[in-house]
Amino acid sequence: MAKGIRDKVAILGMGCSKFGERWDAGPDDLMVEAYIEAMADAGIEPSQLDAAWFSTHVDELGTGKGGTPLSIALRLPNIAVTRVENFCASGSEAFRGAVYAVAAGAADIAIAVGVEKLKDTGYGGLPVGNPGTLMPQIIPNGSAPGNFAQLASAYRAKHGVSREDLKRAIAHVSVKSHANGAKNKKAHLQKAVTEEQVLNAPMIAEPLGLFDCCGVSDGAAAAIVTTPEIARALGKKNLTMVKALQLSVSNGYESQYNGWDGSHFHTARIAAGKAYREAGIERPREQISMMEVHDCFSITELVTMEDLFISPEGQGWRDVLEGFYDADGGLPCQIDGGLKCFGHPIGASGLRMLYEMYLQLQGRAGERQLKDPVFGMTHNLGGAPASNVCSVAIIGQEGA
Amino acid sequence: MVGIAAWGAYAPRLRLSRKAVTEANAWVAPNLRAKAKGERAMANWDEDALTMAVEAARDALGPDDDRSAVDALYFASTTAPFVDRQNAGIVAAALTLEKAIASTDVTGSQRCGLAALGQALAAVQGGAAKRALVATGEHRRARAASSQELDNGDGAAAFVISAEAGAAEFLGRGSITDDFVDHFRGADSEFDYGWEERWIRDEGIVKLVPPAIRQALEVSGLSASDVSHFCFPSTFAGMAASLAKTIGIAPEAVRDNLALTLGEAGCAHGPLMLAHALEQAKPGEIVLVAQFGQGAEALVFRAGGDIGDRRPARGVTGSLADRKIEDNYLKFLTFNGLVEWDKGMRAEKDNKTALTTLYRNQDQILGLVGGRCRETGVVQFPRTRISVAPNNPAVDTQEPYRFAERKASVLSYSADYLTFSMSPPNHYGMIVFEGGGRIMMDITDVEQGEVDSGLPVKMVFRIKDVDEKRGFTRYFWKAAPDRAAIANTALAAE
Repeated sequence: MAKGIRDKVAILGMGCSKFGERWDAGPDDLMVEAYIEAMADAGIEPSQLDAAWFSTHVDELGTGKGGTPLSIALRLPNIAVTRVENFCASGSEAFRGAVYAVAAGAADIAIAVGVEKLKDTGYGGLPVGNPGTLMPQIIPNGSAPGNFAQLASAYRAKHGVSREDLKRAIAHVSVKSHANGAKNKKAHLQKAVTEEQVLNAPMIAEPLGLFDCCGVSDGAAAAIVTTPEIARALGKKNLTMVKALQLSVSNGYESQYNGWDGSHFHTARIAAGKAYREAGIERPREQISMMEVHDCFSITELVTMEDLFISPEGQGWRDVLEGFYDADGGLPCQIDGGLKCFGHPIGASGLRMLYEMYLQLQGRAGERQLKDPVFGMTHNLGGAPASNVCSVAIIGQEGA
Repeated sequence: MVGIAAWGAYAPRLRLSRKAVTEANAWVAPNLRAKAKGERAMANWDEDALTMAVEAARDALGPDDDRSAVDALYFASTTAPFVDRQNAGIVAAALTLEKAIASTDVTGSQRCGLAALGQALAAVQGGAAKRALVATGEHRRARAASSQELDNGDGAAAFVISAEAGAAEFLGRGSITDDFVDHFRGADSEFDYGWEERWIRDEGIVKLVPPAIRQALEVSGLSASDVSHFCFPSTFAGMAASLAKTIGIAPEAVRDNLALTLGEAGCAHGPLMLAHALEQAKPGEIVLVAQFGQGAEALVFRAGGDIGDRRPARGVTGSLADRKIEDNYLKFLTFNGLVEWDKGMRAEKDNKTALTTLYRNQDQILGLVGGRCRETGVVQFPRTRISVAPNNPAVDTQEPYRFAERKASVLSYSADYLTFSMSPPNHYGMIVFEGGGRIMMDITDVEQGEVDSGLPVKMVFRIKDVDEKRGFTRYFWKAAPDRAAIANTALAAE
């Protein structure tokens, strides 16, 4: 196995715009907002940036293709800008590019910026994509909730969980994230909800109701990375180090081969296993201090707890109901509110998750601050359960 | 001995309650209350003349994958989805018939279903074809609050014609051609325009149908009293009985025209009544079918010795049994494009079909043909150059593999209220097939709460999307609950 990325790159600074219905801002405004915070945090000048990675998914909403939208918005000094897109893992993909450039020695300091402006479609939910010329003739006219909702029926069938128990468990996923989001001024949704509200909400795609779906939000996030040596030379102490970056992409196994049972993410298990090995983590349930996972829908988060080998298979719903993933539980998850409440501007989400883990590791998470976190894990899923990309990143304290 | 080797039929599951229609329209058309009895077959939003004809043809052909014996195809309809694109070609592709077959669309009058049947019989008789498939389907549109709306029904019937008749021997045909215009629909018109009913009955049917029937009986060497099953579709009450009396056919031979259960399915209705008669005919019985339309067509058959063994899996009998009452008249109007309704912004996506892509993937899209790896035996959809089998990504080892007739079940599903659907919520899910392979696909003809993991489903050929901007209908396959399999499973469990 390759040596991996562990402890080769440090996060120098991060920034994140306010997420939400940003009627006041275009994608360029959001990028600038995140960038200014990240640059101030890093304490560097634009001339010190060697390269940039730019992630955005729905370019039709005015973000644009190519590298110029970022370069022009930030007035970058004619450095390399690479636009990346990998569904909902796009932000993590941008981070991976910047980190790899630094690890390779091709850049001393690199920046990753992700953005999405979803609230310019004219309706709620994600815009209807264009999957080419063949797939529209075959695939159902579905939606993201409809695709992810299918995990529920397959999970129930596999593990013999009743409709009612599973519905209550996924409701708790949302109740927990709302409670966390209520403590976050940058989150899109900052209001706690009750289990009754979640259970009685209008149906979006069975069995997912309104509160089982994440916020469709505008926002941007940015990370500036460098080598530990440069970080120290710039006066940084208590470095936040990159421990693992893994990406696993479907190859048709789930959608075409009958080995997959539809109840979990095949790629997530592969990416998580590799990430733990890369980071030197052997007992994730005990060693991981906190995590931000891709809770696009409540059922996604629930099965992810098993895919990341935190909950035993078939038992994730019990851990959820018992509060294991609550802010005061055994392994706090979505401390910032998650996609559910912080919001999900697709191209920014991976970086937004890292932002919370970084703040926590730096001890700067305010009233959400957890006690002495060591490893923070982020997890992104893009596409649909039967055909997806999954990224798993672990960052942590220097020396851990 | 040319004749019918096999037959099949199809009526959509939905049955519109006539009472629901007449009550909704009573304020403007109180006279229609007299037609409030019974129900009419109502195509789902994703069904049309062509998809129903395909289903009837599948019923006639049976579940065997090998359709290479069919060498001629006749598709008959007055409501075919395309005016200039051979509809029979789409039927052929859906049924995975050979490219080398002869095929044609037969249209233009209400008797074109029987005309197509007559042509197929003549072709086999003359040696031009060995095994001909006739598929007729009709999805008739009428203005809201019209009597046609209540009289019409949607449906299809199909026949396999061969020299080894088996089910029914063809005895004779009679044809009359006369430009008697009882109703018409111009090329650019949406709806039929009709003339006075009394004139149609007395000057049209009464005068033009008997000569065709007499001619058919004469050619067959039979007298009217030999007829055991007289099939004649008409929306005029008692019309068939009156004709029978004129001709000398016994009153008890006059068959139920299915007006109360299905309505009248245009040019497919004579064929449907014939199919129904064959399902009940005893060996040796004479079946006569006739239909009116700018003249008339009449065909005479004798039921074969083993007709009882040739009954299709579904047929008219099965179609009549598989029904769900629809009381929502607005849904009927919406499905038939008779109301302007707000589809929402999600429906604004462009459904333009890349004809290159469609042609390149024709067997996959229209025929539901996937692949089977010669080396590993792994079955997959779509067929790709590199096999999906884990640990053996063999290259170019795939041979065509047909999915349409395989048994299948639901692995996972959702009922989606967010996405645009003509019949929300949109049900879809991962469908797994016995023998391997899986496809994420739409689920149709489903009741809410009916779907869950493990539900047995069958494949049905349906409209995928309609490109309203360009007038193009896109077809693909969908999963529908296999209610026969569900019933069998329930019985076995008891």
